[in-house]
Amino acid sequence: MGSSENKPELVINGKRTDGRDFDEMRPFSIKANVLKNADGSCYVEWGNNRILAAVYGPKEVMPRHMMEPDRAIIKCRYAMAPFSSLSDHGRTGPNRRAIEISKVIKEVFENVVVLREYPASEIDIFIEVLQGDGGTRAAGITAAAVALANAGIQMRDLPYAISVGRIGEHIAIDFNMIEDNYSDSDMPMAIAPRNGEILLLQMDGGLDRAQVSKALQMAIDAGKVISKAQSDALREVYGNAAGV
Amino acid sequence: MEAIDVVKTNYVKELLAKKAREDMRQFMDFRKIGIVTGLMHNAEGSAQVDLGNTRVLCGVKLIVEEPMKDTPNQGNMMVAAELLPLASADYETGPPSPEAIELARVVDRGIRAANSIDLKSLFIEEGKVWSVFIDLYVLNYDGNLFDACTLAAMAALMTTKVPKVEDGEANREDRTQPLKLDSIVTSTTFGKVGGSILLDLDRNEENASDGRITIAIDDANIRAMQKGLRGGFTKDEVEMLLDIAFQKRAELKRALDQAAR
Repeated sequence: MGSSENKPELVINGKRTDGRDFDEMRPFSIKANVLKNADGSCYVEWGNNRILAAVYGPKEVMPRHMMEPDRAIIKCRYAMAPFSSLSDHGRTGPNRRAIEISKVIKEVFENVVVLREYPASEIDIFIEVLQGDGGTRAAGITAAAVALANAGIQMRDLPYAISVGRIGEHIAIDFNMIEDNYSDSDMPMAIAPRNGEILLLQMDGGLDRAQVSKALQMAIDAGKVISKAQSDALREVYGNAAGV
Repeated sequence: MEAIDVVKTNYVKELLAKKAREDMRQFMDFRKIGIVTGLMHNAEGSAQVDLGNTRVLCGVKLIVEEPMKDTPNQGNMMVAAELLPLASADYETGPPSPEAIELARVVDRGIRAANSIDLKSLFIEEGKVWSVFIDLYVLNYDGNLFDACTLAAMAALMTTKVPKVEDGEANREDRTQPLKLDSIVTSTTFGKVGGSILLDLDRNEENASDGRITIAIDDANIRAMQKGLRGGFTKDEVEMLLDIAFQKRAELKRALDQAAR
């Protein structure tokens, strides 16, 4: 929630600034297996977001004292490139925001990856935001899920993520940067579609009880389209024979 | 995890199977809440919260600074949390861990999203505003730092006095003006242990838990949420916990009001 000063109009003639309806996502594309060195990778364009996710592992745990004898550990780095924002030049490396986001993303994948399949090993997830336009953590999670599958890591489910929130009296989905900055509430979520469990949930701003229900439902409903695009991206790499 | 923690974790789970908790609480009960304010006289505001055996000290400092470029007419607020090595054998010295950063940012988010501090009242003159530094010191860890820290921050803010400004400088000899607050934020944190959902987990219960959700609210609205750890929550579970968060607000608010009186 940015400052209320100089707040731009976010709704014009019943549409959003980019002409979308409140329940309409931005156009997006997902491509798997885009990096040679990584064990798995994925490139997502989501509106103006450009996000690269890569997975290395399972591999030896470094440093070794972090090793868990009966399961894998997951490390996750979410970071925004210094040139990723329209207005400023960010400093290299993760700031406090990025450290928090990296932590909650790691926890999403600790839920779905079959950790006990890979004892005493480490799985690294790297999410680099090359260009950011609102909803980067959601797009990053959606990309990382595909990258993990592309790396052949066993998972119980392929989670997706999306941000929902409130603009005035409207509950809306998939905020762009301007909406992200000036909306009245923002609620990024990650969901495991098979059992409907919410694996990431953050929220700030203000929502009443009924608005939260509506926003939760909107994020769940968005799953169908996003999940299909994720598995289509994997199908494109492996063909239908892999059964993905 | 050390062997003793594995034993305790199993014990917590055995008890929960019998619908019981180690300290005889119901699943949705808070531990005893104790709040003392005004302990630190150099700080502009302070509070110490005991939530069962969890103890957090909050100090609030007000410093004259330049405003942020995009908000020239209002003050700033910052929350930091320290998991002090004296608070638990689990904590180590060094730069803030991801856990400490998450804790501080979730507490910050609730207070900021509720517009709890009237930041406009912190404008001093062109180019000068008050910055409110809210520092949370965890002194003894026994679970549920999120709620303990939000309580400590709110209690400290409710008793914070803004120094008088003379010639653009703070006169800390003269601190009578209360900090202007527009709303009181309360936070309720739940944890999932196996199939059970509990409120206000102690250390042993946290070690046994695999999912956590924090809900910060004011009188009418949900202001911040954060799900943590690997476990998930269904939509129905989230909705149930939102209702409980509103039910628990009176108890938390009463503790804050008493402490700030």
